[in-house]
Amino acid sequence: MNSTIAIQTRGLTHRFGSFTAVDNLDLSIPAKTIYGFLGPNGCGKSTSMRLITGLLTPTTGDIQVLGMKVPEQSEALRLRIGYMTQKFSLYEDLSVIENLRFIAQIYNLPHQVSRQRIAEQLHAYGLDQRNTRLAGSLSGGQRQRLALACATLHKPELLVLDEPTSAVDPENRRDFWEKLFDLCDQGTTILVSTHYMDEAERCHGIAILEGGVKRADGSPTQLMKDLGAQVVEIDGENLRQLKQQLITHPDIISAAQQGMHLRVLIKEKIAEPLQWLEREFAQAMTGRHLNRVRPSLEDVFVHCTGGEGRQ
Amino acid sequence: MSYSIRNSLQRIYAIVIKELRQLSRDRPTFAMIVMIPLIQLLLFGFAINTNVRNLPVALVDNSHSEIARALIADLHATQVVHFIADYQTPTQAAAALTRGEIRAALVIPKDIGQRLDDQRPLAQWLIDGSDTMVGNALLGLKNMPLTSLEAMAFSGNFQGGRNTFEMTLFYNPERRSAINIVPGLVGVILTMTMVLFTSAALVRERERGNLELLITTPVKPMELMIGKIVPYVFVGLLQMAIILGVGHLIFAVPINGRLDHLLLAALVFISASLTLGMLISTLATTQLQAMQLTMFLLIPSILLSGFMFPYEGMPTLAQWIAEVLPATHFIRMIRGIVLRSATLIDLWPDLLWLACFTLLGLLLAAKRFKKRLD
Repeated sequence: MNSTIAIQTRGLTHRFGSFTAVDNLDLSIPAKTIYGFLGPNGCGKSTSMRLITGLLTPTTGDIQVLGMKVPEQSEALRLRIGYMTQKFSLYEDLSVIENLRFIAQIYNLPHQVSRQRIAEQLHAYGLDQRNTRLAGSLSGGQRQRLALACATLHKPELLVLDEPTSAVDPENRRDFWEKLFDLCDQGTTILVSTHYMDEAERCHGIAILEGGVKRADGSPTQLMKDLGAQVVEIDGENLRQLKQQLITHPDIISAAQQGMHLRVLIKEKIAEPLQWLEREFAQAMTGRHLNRVRPSLEDVFVHCTGGEGRQ
Repeated sequence: MSYSIRNSLQRIYAIVIKELRQLSRDRPTFAMIVMIPLIQLLLFGFAINTNVRNLPVALVDNSHSEIARALIADLHATQVVHFIADYQTPTQAAAALTRGEIRAALVIPKDIGQRLDDQRPLAQWLIDGSDTMVGNALLGLKNMPLTSLEAMAFSGNFQGGRNTFEMTLFYNPERRSAINIVPGLVGVILTMTMVLFTSAALVRERERGNLELLITTPVKPMELMIGKIVPYVFVGLLQMAIILGVGHLIFAVPINGRLDHLLLAALVFISASLTLGMLISTLATTQLQAMQLTMFLLIPSILLSGFMFPYEGMPTLAQWIAEVLPATHFIRMIRGIVLRSATLIDLWPDLLWLACFTLLGLLLAAKRFKKRLD
């Protein structure tokens, strides 16, 4: 096993009855990077994370985390993994510092170390002014910071975050990601799931999941570069009608309205998309501005997931 | 006007249908709706029998006479008592009474023939009076007619109004029901609070999502179980102290036995109840379900444990169910210790049973509570 690979899965499959939540997933996640699972709700992000942390037993397939076999060695791995659940799962009727102390004791941190670590974490996550507040009375952003402080208290080598920012405002989200980069710099491997494109774009590597299947993986820039489609923005009136007209064409992957524009994904085999559009939809295109633009991660996502944007 | 009534009815209808749908999908609640009346009915109908019969009693026969044998035959015929042991001396019989093996002992003196002639009571009953219902059943024998003796041509000596037996009530001579109820109440209340607290405690963690966090930490299932149980042990002891303390002050319930034995018995029972709560918490998925399962357990614990009705009055099947319940064993122990000065050595079978129950329950609960989500 390559020591620079933190997580490796081969043929990972999990079924709940007849429903296949994760289907034949192969992953190879390098150590000391931030790796993202991007996908809509119910695409198998949480299930994959639970499989990787040993909370679920795979139906078939192999998992290696930090060089250890999961789920066989998952008990031993617990000390090396920090896990943050999607829902706030600390004790709302305990104060900030009581929660931290509880976690420190559960992880058997020696008293002296624990005191120092708790002080560090309170400071690092901006909770020192609120250490006696009950966790239940914190705001969404503060709760997430507390959850992260608890998950990283024992300095885990791997941090698994299940949609950590779904209930957090944009400013707090930005702060939260700053913290993740700090942790990554200190050598922590981070696995994070999200359905926000901007968050996915911050990751070193991502896997796009849909219906339990990995549709694409790689670095966001690479994925955008390798997008097997061309993106054209069209402006003008009656964009809704235009969209309905365009998406019936087999060579158009998707069309989605973005404010004053219609963003159209066209198959790669069309050599000159602007001219092609004007030729194919001559009447509809009159009086409109057509503009080729750089693909975004959302385009990649839409392309990979077979036109989620079509509706 | 009629329009708004129709709208209102439609809304009520929508809520009724929604409620019924949700109810039918909450399987445990649905099961409770059927099971609770069914179980209650069967318990009250079959098990609860205030006509106490076949009380276990012992015989100390110093006369070995034909009169004694006739007397015993008559006692058998009443079906109130059932002789299960023979002792040489009244002292031995009293010891068995303390151990709770028998409810009463019949002491037949040497001079039973002389007594018959003198119109004096023929023999003496030593009765455990702590349970007034049992005591009353035995006291009913006081003027028992001597049918067999009459048939044996001693008839000339019988006149109405004489006492066949002399009755000696131990432990509760004033026949106050509080004497028996208060210690039993400790068992019932502890069953209620201990089982409910623990069953709700773990389910609450699951409902609030705390459990998902805990299972990703190095905590082992057994550690979690023990950690959750320990605080409630103190809660249980506090409750027992309140009940017995107030019972002693207000209802003058004696505490005759040794306190250290009482404490140990209580600890074992509390552990057993808490384990039971843990077991429930691994079955229930919501706090409401935990509550319902606790109720399900509480009803037989009140009705069958000997708290309300004497164990001896129940049919065999009900006695078997009672034997499984921790409350039955604890109520036996606490009454023994508090009222009859029994020691744990006298009561070892109950103690052993509770200890085994706890151990088995803990293992089962820890096994059922997997550190996995599947």
